[in-house]
Amino acid sequence: MWNITVDDVESIAIGAGILGTGGGGNPYLGEIWMKSMLKQGYSVNVIDLNELHDDALVTDVGGMGAPTVGIEKLPHGLEPRWAVEALEGFIGKSIDAIICAEIGGSNSIVPLIAGALTNKPVVDGDAMGRAFPEMQMSTHFIDGASCVPTAMADEKGNQIVFSHLTDSFALEKFARDLCILMGCRAEMAVSVMSGKQVKRSAVPRTMTLAKRVGDAVRRSRRTKEPVVDAVLDVTGGREIFAGKLIDVQRRTTGGFARGDLVAEGIGEYAGDWMHIAFQNENLVAWRGDRHERREVVVCVPDLICLLETETGEPITTEQLRYGLRVTMLGIPCTDKFRTEKALKVVGPSAFGYHDVTYNPMPKVPGQGIE
Amino acid sequence: MRIGIDVGGTNTDAVLMDGRTVVGWAKSPTTRDVSSGITNVLKDLLNKTGADPKTVSAVMLGTTHFTNAVVERKSLSKTAVIRIGLPATSALPPYVDWPDDLRDAIGGTYYLVHGGYEFDGRPISALSEQEIRESAGKIRDMGIDCVAISSVFSPVNPDQEQRAAEIVMEEIPGAKVSLSHEIGRIGLLERENAAIMNACLSHLAVRIVQSFRNALAGLGITAPFFISQNDGTLMSADFVEKYPVLTFASGPTNSMRGAAFLSGLKDAVVVDIGGTTSDVGVLAQGFPREASVAVRIGGVRTNFRMPDVLSFGLGGGSHVKTDPLQVGPQSVGYEITTRALIFGGSDLTTSDIAVAAGMADIGDKSKVAHLDKELVQSALHRMWEMVEISIDRMKTAPGAVPVILVGGGIILIGDSLNGVSELHRPEHASVANAIGAAIAQVGGEVDRVFSLDAVPRDKALEQAKNEATQRVLKEGAIPDSVEIVDVEEIPLSYLPGNATRIRVKAVGSLAVD
Repeated sequence: MWNITVDDVESIAIGAGILGTGGGGNPYLGEIWMKSMLKQGYSVNVIDLNELHDDALVTDVGGMGAPTVGIEKLPHGLEPRWAVEALEGFIGKSIDAIICAEIGGSNSIVPLIAGALTNKPVVDGDAMGRAFPEMQMSTHFIDGASCVPTAMADEKGNQIVFSHLTDSFALEKFARDLCILMGCRAEMAVSVMSGKQVKRSAVPRTMTLAKRVGDAVRRSRRTKEPVVDAVLDVTGGREIFAGKLIDVQRRTTGGFARGDLVAEGIGEYAGDWMHIAFQNENLVAWRGDRHERREVVVCVPDLICLLETETGEPITTEQLRYGLRVTMLGIPCTDKFRTEKALKVVGPSAFGYHDVTYNPMPKVPGQGIE
Repeated sequence: MRIGIDVGGTNTDAVLMDGRTVVGWAKSPTTRDVSSGITNVLKDLLNKTGADPKTVSAVMLGTTHFTNAVVERKSLSKTAVIRIGLPATSALPPYVDWPDDLRDAIGGTYYLVHGGYEFDGRPISALSEQEIRESAGKIRDMGIDCVAISSVFSPVNPDQEQRAAEIVMEEIPGAKVSLSHEIGRIGLLERENAAIMNACLSHLAVRIVQSFRNALAGLGITAPFFISQNDGTLMSADFVEKYPVLTFASGPTNSMRGAAFLSGLKDAVVVDIGGTTSDVGVLAQGFPREASVAVRIGGVRTNFRMPDVLSFGLGGGSHVKTDPLQVGPQSVGYEITTRALIFGGSDLTTSDIAVAAGMADIGDKSKVAHLDKELVQSALHRMWEMVEISIDRMKTAPGAVPVILVGGGIILIGDSLNGVSELHRPEHASVANAIGAAIAQVGGEVDRVFSLDAVPRDKALEQAKNEATQRVLKEGAIPDSVEIVDVEEIPLSYLPGNATRIRVKAVGSLAVD
């Protein structure tokens, strides 16, 4: 068990920004939100999966919405507590611990805020080992955990509990529509799971991984070592491209920020182009020419991360803009997403890319997302 | 011929340029009223060069005055914020991530009121004109007349900010109101921060611009007068009175463009040492490296498009405190000619140290002869270390880099610095800023809503780019020099027809002479 410090929050935010693969919202806002709470005297503990009792009640906390909305419509401040309390009110029991729904992006910090607001510990792990745009893309649900009851709350104080749903795809659809009604931003307490379930299906130690990635980035910034190398070391990933963004096309449809970007190669990549499709997160990277995609380089569920070439700062999809110079990394995802069953939910075809075949990136034993 | 002027915290510099030739230059202390400093330097310049004021075709002025005011927390007006967006946004109120001293300097007052828009144009809650009126009343009663107004999703729909401004003007006649949607882009905190900084500079802006005008008129210079903004393009003086914040970082842009022009180097680190602050920037292929993400100014996060510059409090007028040894960030600024020891004053400054060390010969060196040798050495090393650390922070790889030194404060620097491969001090280095201003570019912007159902996106972008290019050409740019520097699209999903706001900016070099 460890108590979260201001320093931890800074590192987790950096690591989560990278694991966010362009989505999940910029962790900066969560970072200053959490820091201002620590300053006000709030406190939160992170516990290991082993410290969780088999019969403990655990809920998955995270926010839902479009990142472009997240940087504009800031939270009221009590939404995570309202979501957890709505769930407790519905089951008539107290929740014992909170776990992160999504370690990538701002959702890495939301469970810490929820833990601080409700005085509950946060379990070291999450349901994705990255960021993903839809709720069924969870290792718990793929493992068969029930997706109800689930609660959501908005800044206006609206609280809704889903009591019965056919499956997690239904949860995604209903929650998404409600989220749009709520103005594309809602905080959620997803499912009530046993400690036993969580130990089996969570991606373990990702809060620690985010912190380690953040620590490595901060260290290499101090020593002037390449940040990209530090990230690759901790995550076991590889560099796939470096170039300048020459086109970013975006549209907000169905509550998602979707779009495509084209980057023109620089240095050893000169004469090459990379195309990336994103839906909140980066989904597929193709090498090609200026106008056409050719071969797939990395695709979901493996991670495609864009770092600003000069500073190593992660770039979220809403920050993408003409002229930006970026280095692109591919990082192998959790093994829990590499099964045939999981790939139906998180593979390229789940995002409508039926012609894209998933070739798992090789993993480095002992490194990266477990 | 054109005149480039740089008004720094310490010195006002001017250059007369004929095409790419520096005809002459002059340097004079910045004065408290600013205008007499400009008058002095221009008189000197016209004298030295014998140029007729009537032959001047344009005057370009760059000033770090507004940036310095924020960095030094000086001459700032108390500013209140009205943020429209409750019940959203209260977790992260205005000023949330500001340095305490800057927030205290401008009062840190804010009011959150109901209103704001969702992403799709629905109201978050009804705009509470009552709450705005009450907040404005309290602001008036505190004697504050600078007000920044922000509202959730105002770049998509500015109505509520505009309505709030009307109410504030009714309650506080003559108030200086800054609206976030006129200054920044999507990203509430950063846009609001820019609006707050703009508001706290508004009284200073009127005073400064007026003094610029007076100075030019007094010398019979009737040529058009421009002020350079953060992206290296020029804006009219009237515009600056309303949007002083847009001059932020114009100094570094000017000095880097000036340094590239003077040294002929395309890839180097530029260190511009002024009187109050130093700026370190990076030239990549002849252009200032742009900050990609959020830029902090005086510790405040903004989302302006600006050069990636690290500013720190070292200049020729920086105070040197001896026990314990401390250099800057306080500076005697334009009062250096009365307050520094070498000019008969009683403040120990970095320039005094440089003169005592025999590195420069300005003022009266007998006035610093008494300074302890050890103190002089340790102060010098502290100053150099400050520069070395800043250069190091701007590097992206270990190893030595070429550095171009510019600005009036380069007398503070010795023959070598750690981590630097070659140290360049080009001719006219001390007026690189003014040269950068004189060669500043003109910009043209198109900001319009296109219906992408009616016009394909490619066509719409092409059209916007063409229009922006045409505008730059109309401003007098050389056709070959025009390039598109910014393309931004904001889908307005609440309007039918796939409406998208497209913003394109083009810049080009001004054809003069």
